[in-house]
Formats: sequence, C-alpha cells, structure tokens
Amino acid sequence: MSVQGPQQVLELAKVSRTFGEGATAVAALRDVELTIKAGEFVAVMGPSGSGKSSLLALAGGLDRPTSGGVFVESTPLAGLGLNELARLRRRAVGYVFQDFNLVPTLTAAENVALPLELDGTAWKRARRQALDALRQVGIPELADRFMDQMSGGQQQRVAIARAVVGQRRLILADEPTGALDSTTGQGVMEVLRARADAGAAVMLVTHEARHAAWADRVVFLRDGRIVDQAAAMHDPAMLLAQAGL
Amino acid sequence: MSIRHSLLALLQDQPRYGYQLRVEFESRTGATWPLNIGQVYTTLDRLERDALVTKEGDDGDGHVVYSITDAGKAEVNNWFAAPVERNNPPRNELAIKLALAVTLPGVDVQAIIQAQRAASMRALQDYTKARRDTTANQRAGDTAWLLVLDSLIFQTEAEVRWLDLCEARMVQQAQSAGPGQARKTSNGVTEDAAPLNADSRR
Repeated sequence: MSVQGPQQVLELAKVSRTFGEGATAVAALRDVELTIKAGEFVAVMGPSGSGKSSLLALAGGLDRPTSGGVFVESTPLAGLGLNELARLRRRAVGYVFQDFNLVPTLTAAENVALPLELDGTAWKRARRQALDALRQVGIPELADRFMDQMSGGQQQRVAIARAVVGQRRLILADEPTGALDSTTGQGVMEVLRARADAGAAVMLVTHEARHAAWADRVVFLRDGRIVDQAAAMHDPAMLLAQAGL
Repeated sequence: MSIRHSLLALLQDQPRYGYQLRVEFESRTGATWPLNIGQVYTTLDRLERDALVTKEGDDGDGHVVYSITDAGKAEVNNWFAAPVERNNPPRNELAIKLALAVTLPGVDVQAIIQAQRAASMRALQDYTKARRDTTANQRAGDTAWLLVLDSLIFQTEAEVRWLDLCEARMVQQAQSAGPGQARKTSNGVTEDAAPLNADSRR
C-alpha cells in the first residue's frame, strides 16, 4: 500500500506492462515509478518504442498493468470494475490526442459537453460548463461552430476543453501538437501550461524538446524504464552563467 | 560578441559616457552578456585611437562623454550589413566530446548523450519559462531580450535534436552489429563497441 498526500493526482507504483508470454514476451514498461501532483506539468520523452504511449494508456485506465499499481486521486484503478473505471475516466481524467478525436456532427460546445452528458449531467448545466471550458482555452466565440469550420489549432483547443471540462484534474496528452504547425503547437502548450497553473495535473507525451520544455519536469523513458529526469532550475542568472554568456 | 561594434552602435544613437553605455547595452540585451566597466573603457580608448569616436568633453558631472565620428558610423553600417562570420567548422566541445567517445573503447556513449540531453532540457525549460514570464509582463524594452531568448531556445532545441539523432544512429549500429561485437552499457543497453565511426565516414 502506498502512502499518498492529498495533492497527488496520479501515482504509478512499480508498474510493468508485458505484451505476450514466454519467449516472445515484450516488456513495454518495467518497474516505472512516477507521481504527478496537482498543479504539476510533466512531459514524457523517449524514442519510439520506449513505452511512452503505454505509460499514458495505463495512467488513464485505458490499459491495465501486468504488475504494479496505478492510482488516480488515491483510487487504485485495479480495484475498479469496467463501469466504475469508465465513470472515473469520464469524471477525473481528460485525454487529448494527436488527431483530436472530435465528433464532426457536433458543435464545439456539444463536443465539450458530451462527456458530462454521458455522465448524466443535465443539458443546460453541461452546456454552461462547456462554455466555461471553451473560455479557459481562449475560444468562447467558437462554441457553436462545427469542426469543419475550424482550423487544426482551434479543433485541438476544443479537444483540450473537452479534456478539462467539469472537475477533471488529470489531463493526459499524447503528442497533441503532432498535426499542428509550430505556432499553433505553442498555443496548445500555453493552454496546457495554464491548466497546470490552475491546479490540474498534466502529463504530456511528446518527442518535441521545445514542447517538453513547457513542463516542470521532463521524464526520459528508454526501453520501458525511466532513465533520467530533468527539472527546471528557475534561476535564469545561474543558467546564463552556465551557458557561458 | 563584438563589444567594439556594440558600443559604436549605441554611440550612433546618441553621445554617451562609459557607465551609460554599459547600462544601455545590458538593458537592450536582457543582461545576457554582463559587461565589465573596465572592458567598456578599454574599448573606448581603442575606438578613440582608431578615430572611430571622439571625446566630447565633460557633461558637468565629471563624466567623459564620447560621440561617434563619420568613420565610426561607416564601421557600424558595415557591421550591420555583413553577416556574422561562422567559425568553420564551429568549435563545439560537445561534438568533439562525442566524436572522441564513439571511437574509444570502454566509454558509455549513451550515458554521455543522456547526461547532456538532461542538462540541455533543463536549460530549455528555463529559457522557455523566462520567455513565458517576460511575455506575460511585457514592457517596451523587452523585445530585444525576447529575441535573445528565442535564439537561445532555438540553439538548445537543435542541440537536443542532434543528441536524439546521435542516439538513434547508435541504436541502429548496435542492431546491425553481430552479437560478438556487442557489449552492454551501464544502462543495460546493448550497443556496438565502436559505433558511428565506420558508417559516418562513407
């Protein structure tokens, strides 16, 4: 049983994930220990095949570990049935994907309100919360547009709004800037950063150093293991001195 | 960095004395390159010797004020017009270190790459945070500082991408190497005993 403070939103305790069995078994993750607190923005970097996406899937309860425990807001995911897990995913966890995964026949506000309505929230209340989320990501004026009336960057903001709507405090983003140009990609980072600063725990999987640099902490994965971490110093004077400037 | 040309450029703006030049330089470059006041005066002496600036006299408070000459103005214009010369090839300690590491037996190249990557990522995080903070409270004089920060961000990002490439090449090499040539690094990763050198010279 692990000890957790109230601030801890995500904990992976000695998590391993193996695909296949016997001689052909492939270890995607090995003994990964990772915690993310409220207000913390963590980026996960590593070459393809290093286990980044497996890690994200386990963190969000989309997959289960072969061994070890995953805790979201102190709830052990292993103890949850499929329905409870689905409910926790709708209420506590928000996902942002590279290809947005938005419903084209719904407006921005309807897309954002969808998880709330699936969870039984009344339409009016869901709409109010959706508008609030769209305001948080800076596009309240696009609430009634359909997806084909929006740019890639705007659609990704809708996807982030859907990920943060309601009381969800864990945001999991898998290469969310992959399909965007660099300026728009930076806009997405600004939104994720703002959500973390407002108290959400954010985990971003990326291979772009310039995006990972928005995080408080960068975790390096290789062959399914965490091999290193980097945390910002927040002391520019020392940094510039080190850079020899 | 050319202190000489930087001071000339500031004098083209208006006549100034030594301490003013230092303050002006640091505020325009975001205090990225702290200037020693001694350097400022030595440089002014040389500029005067070369007839690029002249002493205008005292400002009444005991400060010696310098102004730019026509020859000095021409020098500044040439400086702005000419591209900055690249050292060819640039002397890059990191590149030299890795080039040596991959050719020497018993050196854990992947560990060197990762140590550098973590350090570069930390720097990139700090530059990015500095940029974010500056943008959030932007004042009129911050544009120059933002340009400097952007330059540092691009350079550091390029370094990380290059390290990723080095690592990917090493993994390729390790995969194509026979089992007899492979060895284990401290991270438990199998790699070629002498990666990169053979292929990269093709």
